Amino acid sequence: MINYLDFEKPLAEIEGKAEELRALARANEEMDVEKEAVALDKKAADLLVSLYRDLTPWRKCQVARHPQRPHCRDYIAALFNEYTPLAGDRNFADDHAVMGGLARLGDRPVVVIGHEKGHDTKSRIERNFGMARPEGYRKAVRLMDLADRFGLPVVALIDTTGAYPGKGAEERGQSEAIARSTEKCLQLKVPMISIVIGEGGSGGAVAFAAGNRVAMLEHSVYSVISPEGCASILWKDATKMREAAEALRLTAQDLHKLGVIDHIIEEPQGGAQRDKEATMASVGAAIEAMLDDLSKKSPQELLKDRRQKFLDIGAKGLAA
Amino acid sequence: MNWITNYVRPTINSLFSRREVPDNLWTKCPECGTMLFHREVKANLNVCSSCDHHMAITARDRLSALFDGGIFTEVAVPEPLADPLQFRDQKKYPDRMKAAQKKTSESEAMLVAEGEICRTPIIAAVQDFSFLGGSMGMYVGNAIIAAAERAVEMKRPLVLFSAAGGARMQEGILSLMQMPRTTIAVQMLKEARLPYIVVLTHPTTGGVTASYAMLGDVHIAEPNALICFAGPRVIEQTIGEKLPPEFQRSEYLIDHGMLDRVTHRKDLRDELVTICRMLMGQSPAIRGDLPAPDASDASGEDAAAKAGAENAAAE
Ligand SMILES: [Zn+2]
Repeated sequence: MINYLDFEKPLAEIEGKAEELRALARANEEMDVEKEAVALDKKAADLLVSLYRDLTPWRKCQVARHPQRPHCRDYIAALFNEYTPLAGDRNFADDHAVMGGLARLGDRPVVVIGHEKGHDTKSRIERNFGMARPEGYRKAVRLMDLADRFGLPVVALIDTTGAYPGKGAEERGQSEAIARSTEKCLQLKVPMISIVIGEGGSGGAVAFAAGNRVAMLEHSVYSVISPEGCASILWKDATKMREAAEALRLTAQDLHKLGVIDHIIEEPQGGAQRDKEATMASVGAAIEAMLDDLSKKSPQELLKDRRQKFLDIGAKGLAA
Repeated sequence: MNWITNYVRPTINSLFSRREVPDNLWTKCPECGTMLFHREVKANLNVCSSCDHHMAITARDRLSALFDGGIFTEVAVPEPLADPLQFRDQKKYPDRMKAAQKKTSESEAMLVAEGEICRTPIIAAVQDFSFLGGSMGMYVGNAIIAAAERAVEMKRPLVLFSAAGGARMQEGILSLMQMPRTTIAVQMLKEARLPYIVVLTHPTTGGVTASYAMLGDVHIAEPNALICFAGPRVIEQTIGEKLPPEFQRSEYLIDHGMLDRVTHRKDLRDELVTICRMLMGQSPAIRGDLPAPDASDASGEDAAAKAGAENAAAE
């Protein structure tokens, strides 16, 4: 059963009606509702297309945060073989908001890292809702370093509201941990691919997003601040998040225009949460294609190109 | 390069651009409430003579106080696109920029300069909190990259004074992209084996702390500066408890291993020279309030070599 978002309410009604009709028919063999149910299905499908054709930035945020959207854990399970999680920052703790380890994409060994938000109350608490503490970034630095020394590509899956604003996280040097993680991305002599699969929230996202290729799922978002946070600072009113989402240009489409990201990965009709298998297939194909492309480059080229790519960001505006 | 283009123009600039303030004005220390003579505050580098509270100091005043004889040359910063996102909140971004420029008489939130401290040539970059909270947008990123490139070109240390409320929201994702961009600037310095010293001043927060401000070879903070990623108010809201006043202040950070030193503003200059010269393998500095390099100095490097030679002769 899918959870409907606010703006999907009309869709919920139609799909609900079709479901009811079919339930009635199941209970009552004489009834033939198939024709009407099919008509409702068609209506729902059309509505879904029109709702998702031009999602406003705020609606994109809602889709990106959809509780049933596939998370890092799902991608790792579906796309990689021999996943061997590696834990700990060798310093303080193992941060469950960040998962990662060795895995094979097809036959190719890689290091995969990503934020994991959790899928039910228990796992969400365990994962701290995908908000990493310093240990998470330090674990990622360790894994990226491992990848670098053994010549394995790095695949980073980004899905976080942001770094965890907690006392301990600050005490243990959250800022430094994020800075070192970004720095490590930029030092790698192996290919690095960063994909925003849901929310790319601020510094917590950047720490894994300084890759050779940065891609975003069609309805994911990537921003310097949450629309709610921006609204409360600039509009002095957190309920102006729609306006803030608009102004921040946080959609994959705008970021592609701005030259901040390289690729947009298409989602199934109605968003990744409606068809996980199709989402996995397109993300898998995108990773393969990007890795194939980068595998032709020498370690020096990978390093140099990655730096140049980031130095060049900002040269073109939205108009270009 | 001849010294006239190098030194005379900025001398005149720095002499005339200082806003004249009558000597009989009083400033109230925001910390202890003592009324202080403006002239005295200025002579004291905006530190309260009664309680040692470090008040804000403009980027330009900071540079004048830092360099020998107050003389420095600004390093050009590539101008980024104005208002790249066509950002509108309650005000238009270009209007906010204009207001900030009028208020500060500066064009943006960072100044980059080259000059000498105790005859030691350095590059300095100073973030200006009074300009839209020192926020890190494309200009600040370009400024740090320009500073690093100039330092590499001239083989000089880079001293960076950070002060920022965080990212410049009106530049959205492009502001966030300054985190990797400035990290690349720091890598340029590291690869050229040049010292990168960060002086963290009040306040240094958000994405600025989580990038170039925490990647220095040496981290020095001014006393009682707020240094953090997430601000205390956000944390209090998240955890639902009140934080102690010392939380995220310089002295707290040094206790938690994030800083090398907490240094009074009056001692900064001396300390920077000492550290830079040791890391650069130079002889000890000649101390004191040295005049600006004189006409016979063809370039900063020569001046440094000469200073070193004089120093050696004196021993
Ligand atoms: Zn005072």
